[in-house]
Amino acid sequence: MEQPVKKGLDLNRRPMPKQPVEVRRRNFEEVALGYDAKLAMEEASRCIQCKKPGCVEKCPVEVDIPGFIQAIAEGDFERGVRILKAKNSLPSVCGRVCPQETQCEGGCALHRKAGQIAIGRLERFLGDWEAAQPDFMLPEVAPPTGKRVAVVGGGPAGLTVAGDLVKLGHEVTIFEALHKVGGVLVYGIPEFRLPKRIVEREVEYLRRLGVKMVTNYVVGKTRTVDSLLEEYDAVFVGSGAGLPWFSEMPGNNLNGVYSANEYLTRINLMRGYTFPLAPTPVKRHVRVAVIGGGNVAMDCARTALRMGAETTILYRRSREEMPARLEEIENAEEEGVIFRYLTLPVRCIGDERGWVKGLECIRMELGEPDASGRRSPLPVPGSEFFLPFDAVIHAIGNSPNPLIPQTTPGIEIGRKGNIVADPQTGKTTKPRVWAGGDVVTGAATVILAMGAGRRAARSIHEYLTNPGEW
Amino acid sequence: MFEIIENRMLVPNVHEMTVHAPDVAKSALPGQFVIFRSEEEGERIPLSLADWDVESGIITVVYLNVGRSTAKLATLKAGQALPTVVGPLGNPMEIDYYGAVLCVGGCYGIASIYPIARALKEAGNKVVCVLEARSSFLLYWQEKLSAVADRLIYLTRDGSRGKRGHVGNLAEILHALPMRIDRVILNGCNYLMMRGSQETLPLKIKTMVTLNTLMIDGTGMCGVCRVTVNSETKFACVDGPHFDGHQVDWAELTQRRKAYLQEEILALRTTRPL
Ligand SMILES: Cc1cc2nc3c(=O)[nH]c(=O)nc-3n(C[C@H](O)[C@H](O)[C@H](O)COP(=O)(O)OP(=O)(O)OC[C@H]3O[C@@H](n4cnc5c(N)ncnc54)[C@H](O)[C@@H]3O)c2cc1C
Ligand code: FES
Repeated sequence: MEQPVKKGLDLNRRPMPKQPVEVRRRNFEEVALGYDAKLAMEEASRCIQCKKPGCVEKCPVEVDIPGFIQAIAEGDFERGVRILKAKNSLPSVCGRVCPQETQCEGGCALHRKAGQIAIGRLERFLGDWEAAQPDFMLPEVAPPTGKRVAVVGGGPAGLTVAGDLVKLGHEVTIFEALHKVGGVLVYGIPEFRLPKRIVEREVEYLRRLGVKMVTNYVVGKTRTVDSLLEEYDAVFVGSGAGLPWFSEMPGNNLNGVYSANEYLTRINLMRGYTFPLAPTPVKRHVRVAVIGGGNVAMDCARTALRMGAETTILYRRSREEMPARLEEIENAEEEGVIFRYLTLPVRCIGDERGWVKGLECIRMELGEPDASGRRSPLPVPGSEFFLPFDAVIHAIGNSPNPLIPQTTPGIEIGRKGNIVADPQTGKTTKPRVWAGGDVVTGAATVILAMGAGRRAARSIHEYLTNPGEW
Repeated sequence: MFEIIENRMLVPNVHEMTVHAPDVAKSALPGQFVIFRSEEEGERIPLSLADWDVESGIITVVYLNVGRSTAKLATLKAGQALPTVVGPLGNPMEIDYYGAVLCVGGCYGIASIYPIARALKEAGNKVVCVLEARSSFLLYWQEKLSAVADRLIYLTRDGSRGKRGHVGNLAEILHALPMRIDRVILNGCNYLMMRGSQETLPLKIKTMVTLNTLMIDGTGMCGVCRVTVNSETKFACVDGPHFDGHQVDWAELTQRRKAYLQEEILALRTTRPL
């Protein structure tokens, strides 16, 4: 199915302008500046419009990628937006945070020659182009069906369900625990990677479509799912994976030790980087350690750097095994984050006032590949050493918050605290309750959460228009 | 937005606010808390639910004006609105028939002990309340509490009302009571709860405390509310806030509370109007 790569192809991926390293490592402005129309059209013109596009096959929501790229190449951005938004309601977000290298761009016919089309950047271009237009391009909304749907959690999964169902004429209300809708997009992913105004605009778009949003509402506490079911025809749970893990080691409760969620929430959601202008306090640390090697670890490290600290990532395997996106690793490296591979912290050491003053670490070496194919790290006996830090951030993972599982009788819960749902429909074991996103899969990606939301919306619509057996 | 019904100073530095939050009122149980924000971009402030009324949808909190965010809260007037009132959060206090229960409240804890005392009374317990303050002019809600308690004991540092002393005299008070106390509930600053727990430990009376940790979300998402209880790490917002006072690592809690002291002072030193 791969297309033959012809001679004379333009394999020159147009680079996207970025803020210079020296400038950006000290500010919270967006790092990547995006294509302008000329660059976008140049890049789009490189697309060879495969008959059987590998990019679409690898897109979790099956966007008609060659279609919108063709539209860009022709300069018809409005058509491009329509094609894109038919499948992906958050292009400005996905263009910025999707792991394109393993998805669409990984499937591009030009990938073999390292000239894959910069699909993510083009997607972002269209999303931003639309945002710059004087008004929203609102799609048609079907006449009211009289059916009511409650969506628990305003992250990418919940927003997608809400958008899809409101367009079909259902009355949709999002219940969000925090004071802002957006989920990880507003409390986790930092401003310099995903400016909050972009998320706010997407949320505003849904509001204009008629989605009701109730913030400051903790389902399971303010009201249970069962109680929502009395008033709504269907409930979708997209409550994410918000329970932070701490590596098991002594000293984790010293002052200066954070979960990634706490650190990022203080700075992003609560705008602590402007403290004391915004009243939520944030410490100015001198030497920060981030434990972990995923995207969350990169976000924490690059945030700490911007807060003025010398920042080190401690990862127990080597660079090759790091789960973070390559682009984020490179950005962190360029900005001056220090990487210590094959290093496992085993103890937080505190001072007499209860503040962390450093980590005792042990060196690791890579053993045989484990079940997941990754080589598992083994400690080197006697190799303990001390590294001084005044802050330690745990970025080793999250699992679903137990609040809803605990307060929703009849819903099946998996081994890892996740809600069990049918991958095709999002149906849970509890009638009229659907679930999707991180609460089902465990911490994953924005696009997978959106894909799950889309499938659940389809199933909810089917059920509402033609209720049958559960 | 949540409309403020009333906001007034009860006694110096202690304020009572009533807010229209019907969904919170409907689900509230004794010992739960709420999180307020006093302004857009404002800090999230955890406060105990001191009272609520399902019918009118009005909830009551009592707060100490101690920092920039609570100072802002104190400037708000009836008719204005709060951008965030979320709850009820945390677990309710365990309420059962125990026999005789002693409830101790100090500073804002005088108010937070009220719904607990009321529920204990309704469960058939004999309820004795101890209200602790520096001086008699700092006592409040005496009438509300006397309506639910079998007996009210005042404890002031200067002796201006009731017994002269503080929570460090709890063992004496317990000895002087005509009945055996089956359970003690302490509510107030962490010092009060720590000191009170030390008093009841040798007497082997089960003692419940309502911990006052730093918090952000209040839903188990950030972990800043970590406490060590019985050598295990717990999140106060979802595993608590009520714990056995004899099992809490008070030294750690005290240190963790102080983490942002410098920043809090810095925030107070700015000359920007609230
Ligand atoms: C720092 C960080 C960086 C990331 N970077 C990337 C990236 O670059 N690319 C990528 O694809 N993915 C990334 N991810 C993962 C991605 O953000 C998630 O997979 C995605 O947001 C999951 O969407 P969701 O809708 O399932 O849940 P969430 O985004 O977690 O949203 C859940 C929402 O539900 C709310 N909620 C929870 N419980 C309740 C309740 N009881 N009642 C009401 N509301 C509730 C929460 O407050 C939250 O707003 C990152 C994650 C983090 C933490
Ligand atoms: S306050 Fe954030 S987890 Fe408890």
